Amino acid sequence: MSISDALLQRSSWNDDELATDGVEVVDAPFATVGGGLGSFAMVDMLRVAGVDTEHIAVLGALESPSSTYEYLAGNSQIPPQERLRSDSGSVMDNVWGWPGYALREAVSERTLRPAWQALTEPILTEYYTPRAGQVYASVAREAQRIGWSSMLRPGVVRTVRRRTGGGYFVLHTPAGQAEPSAGRPVRRVAYRCRHVHVAVGYPGVKLLPDLQVYREQHQDWARVVNAYEPHDHVYEECRRRRCTVVVRGAGIVASRVLQRIIDDRDAHGAQTRIVHLFRSYPDGPQGDRITFRRPARKGWSYQAFNYPKAAWGGQLRDRLDRLEGPERAALIDEMGGTNTAPRRDWQDQLERGEREGFYRQLLGTVSVVEPTGDAAGVRTTVRAPEGDPITFDADFIVDATGLEADIEEHRVLADLLRYGGARKNPKGRLDVERDFVVRGTESGDGRLYASGSITLGGYYAGVDSFLGLQYASLRIADSLASQGFGTRIGPVRSVTQWWRWARNLPA
Amino acid sequence: MTPTLSGRIQTRIVALVVVGGLWTLIIGPLLPRPAGSSLSDMYAALYTALIVVVVLGIVWELLYHVLQQFRWEKDWPTMFGLLVAIPEGIAAYLLLDAGLPWDQRMVADGSASFPLAAFLIMFTTTWLLVWAVVNGPMQLFFLRWRFRGGRYDDRW
Repeated sequence: MSISDALLQRSSWNDDELATDGVEVVDAPFATVGGGLGSFAMVDMLRVAGVDTEHIAVLGALESPSSTYEYLAGNSQIPPQERLRSDSGSVMDNVWGWPGYALREAVSERTLRPAWQALTEPILTEYYTPRAGQVYASVAREAQRIGWSSMLRPGVVRTVRRRTGGGYFVLHTPAGQAEPSAGRPVRRVAYRCRHVHVAVGYPGVKLLPDLQVYREQHQDWARVVNAYEPHDHVYEECRRRRCTVVVRGAGIVASRVLQRIIDDRDAHGAQTRIVHLFRSYPDGPQGDRITFRRPARKGWSYQAFNYPKAAWGGQLRDRLDRLEGPERAALIDEMGGTNTAPRRDWQDQLERGEREGFYRQLLGTVSVVEPTGDAAGVRTTVRAPEGDPITFDADFIVDATGLEADIEEHRVLADLLRYGGARKNPKGRLDVERDFVVRGTESGDGRLYASGSITLGGYYAGVDSFLGLQYASLRIADSLASQGFGTRIGPVRSVTQWWRWARNLPA
Repeated sequence: MTPTLSGRIQTRIVALVVVGGLWTLIIGPLLPRPAGSSLSDMYAALYTALIVVVVLGIVWELLYHVLQQFRWEKDWPTMFGLLVAIPEGIAAYLLLDAGLPWDQRMVADGSASFPLAAFLIMFTTTWLLVWAVVNGPMQLFFLRWRFRGGRYDDRW
């Protein structure tokens, strides 16, 4: 039976109403909505905290917890053999963070190099970062160990509503069903939960406004692409014929895209020319205090990870934890913003590109993007800070400015804002407490938690990272334990559970 | 590591007292002793050395914390944790050899000095062990320690 519109207009539901509507009700004390790495980090922590698989439902549409991550990383030019921008100790499959990726790579590949790098980073060497493939393989192993598939209920979550009397209903459409077709109503299941965790990631990709306008006006999805969308056709065409590519943005994804284009020049004889367009052009240390200053050069701001390391668990975490509202948002922006990793090989490539004339930097604001006269390319007109507007033609424009999108574009989040009592924080994402409870959504003795990128702007900066997901999971697990769900992980449980992890025994 | 000041001090005390204390107990009998000194003399000297490294270490940590402020990442690279052993070891030995904080020097060849060979072995092995524990296994026991900048207390 389909759920009635009358019920969908109500901010809380009771058991009888669902029964009247003929919705199947299934009990699950804890449900996590998403099924990606955010859900995985949460469930991994709860399993270590002694919560049984029967008490957890994972509601998501993904084949494996790392599917979406692999898809986005692959599109943004990080295939499994390439390295991510992540610390050795941010170990997705291991809540303790030890042994880290570097040590494990050293053991499995019988080489001291990764261990030496982790030992001497960042003084003698660059920060060690793990290969994407190592992360995926170890997540798959851990998923198996904690019984992921037995908790997974494949399907799509429509909405999370408060339950009259406490807790929540999570309305779920099991996988394998299309929208209503001839005479066959869509089966819906309502999970009756005490606590719910929402980790749905980015609602989508977002193009720069001028590129969005171009796409809509000219219905061209091939020449103007977002780096997180599949866009291999760009690189393929660049190998077939001499092309010009405009790269927009100066973050880690722009670095990857530039590397891919230049690697293709070097390895496959591509003749690609690059115009790199900057909105702002830092060239010299950023920050007005000697104790808070980030290196920047030739348009790039450099730091090892997306925030200074201490934002995950040191002085900067503590500082942010004490701030509220706009001050908090400002510190997050100061520590983060657009930045990339200071990798010598990338810097060398770009210097060579400038010398040989295939890489050119431009600073300015785009006034219009339109098709070229022969409709074979795209023409960009840029207002430079001084002088006349500049116009240049290209075969492709790659928007590498990120994945930002409005949380209201996600059905579950929009619903929580409308009916669930959730609010937005100063950065426009979900407003959460320090323990990641979504403010305003309490329901009797039940709590609604959120983690991941949808909580950026809260008391923790690195929410959209492996370690940040684990931090959120630990805070949530502690909060749940204080309400009698699971056990607070103390030293004894921690060590015995680690020992089980090390021997790959079920949690 | 990304320690806070109180995390530094707490970690120094816990790691040196627990790991260093046990290790000193184990290696005490194996260390070279000047002729005529007993094992209990040796333990007295070694635990005095340990106390010096802990207490003087708190002062060192204040200095490291100041230096850390000049790092954008506000972290303390793994390698620094090893390198600082050199000045710390020298300072601790000079203090002990001057008969401070209380005289644990031993007489050999007619002159009183703090046993250098025993100190070097004990200090180096203890430092390496503590460094190795702090850079990994510590997290197995204290899951929240790394997120709290090295603090053990219950405050998040």
